[in-house]
Amino acid sequence: MHKTWWKILGSVLVIYTAIAGLLLHVPRLPILNETIRNLYFHVPMWFSMIVLFSISVFYSIKSLSTKSEIDDMKAVESVNAGIIFGLLGLVTGAIWAKYCWGEFWSFDPKQNFAAISVLLYFAYLILRNAIDEEQKRAKISAIYNIFAFPMMVVLLFVLPRLKDSLHPGNGGNPGFNSYDLDSRMRMVFYPACLGWILIGYWVYTIRFRIRTIENKQQHN
Amino acid sequence: MQLAKEVKYLIHKEVLLEWRSKYTINGVLLYVVSTIFTCYLSFVSLGDKLTWNALFWIIMLFASINGVSKSFLQETKGQQLYSYVLASPAAVLISKTVYNTILMLVLTTIALGFYTLVFDSFTPPDLLMYYVAVLLGSISFSTVFTMVSAIASKAGNGGMLMAILSFPIIIPVLILLIKLAKNAVDGLPWENSYDEITMLLVVNVLVVATSLLLFPYLWRD
Repeated sequence: MHKTWWKILGSVLVIYTAIAGLLLHVPRLPILNETIRNLYFHVPMWFSMIVLFSISVFYSIKSLSTKSEIDDMKAVESVNAGIIFGLLGLVTGAIWAKYCWGEFWSFDPKQNFAAISVLLYFAYLILRNAIDEEQKRAKISAIYNIFAFPMMVVLLFVLPRLKDSLHPGNGGNPGFNSYDLDSRMRMVFYPACLGWILIGYWVYTIRFRIRTIENKQQHN
Repeated sequence: MQLAKEVKYLIHKEVLLEWRSKYTINGVLLYVVSTIFTCYLSFVSLGDKLTWNALFWIIMLFASINGVSKSFLQETKGQQLYSYVLASPAAVLISKTVYNTILMLVLTTIALGFYTLVFDSFTPPDLLMYYVAVLLGSISFSTVFTMVSAIASKAGNGGMLMAILSFPIIIPVLILLIKLAKNAVDGLPWENSYDEITMLLVVNVLVVATSLLLFPYLWRD
């Protein structure tokens, strides 16, 4: 029980947010209307992605000093799990944009930069495929991962503020600050973030364990 | 001060090598000039200055990928080993970056001159600001591409990997550069561009700092 409590907590929170997020009352804001509920499903994806990529950078830094294969596997599996969440973030954002902006993809700066930062991690995976030697692969991909991480932060958090975006929270559009007043939304939003981060971490641990087993089979 | 001395010698070595063969500079110069000429012939009817501005930066992007990626990809294993034995990794990286910046600066200046010559209507009203964009562009292209070419050369799979790895990193820089250059083309006052200039400087400091931290791990085999 002591090791599974957070998995149960994550599942319960995600189920709770799926039900409460669709049924509970939300404030009526102009333009957004009912699509405001996407806050519960779209934003937690990005938080989970950031958490998973941060885990990956942590293990990349660690693998540079320890040179252990396990740290390298942890780094790559957290990127694999993080990319899933990045793609889900793009998809949920695009579906929302279809209703609010009229198109799935309207080349809004926020969309573009999010897509580029996902590309960054695809490049990381391709770099891994390009190198055959295991230790060399661990080292070089760790270096690229650490090099790319600050760039992803700039892409997702700094650059969209310099450009005119229609994304909520940018350029005077109603955003998170205006919901802050509404404690009922926070009751769903914070559990959603925590729940999805836990689920993301769970996905990562499962993937890591699968890879460990595969690795053992290869060596035997 | 040991570092400064090493950097000075290494830059001298790079310049001397380039001066003897004159391969990179002439090659990339011809590349830029022929690309500009091809673009001119293909898009003659386009009258929009902003399109020409974007085109200029895209030409410079590809020229600099070709020019800068030479720095690590072209060296043989023996040459690399030799310089690593003689100098510290920081000195190797700094000297390559500085040399590439100088190279890019010469190239972009000539390219800008040729560009304004070919596209008569293009000449930006605020040439100084455009030149600041060119200067910042040369610095950012060389800082990013030098580190990425070091990574790509270690991975042992040159050209394609270089493009895949560097594009996602360079796109934000390129967008800022195009914006800054667009301000110069539009003749906006300098106050409107301080955001972009600081942002570019911050990105460069970030890239150089992470490169200096990571490069010592990279070159040790």
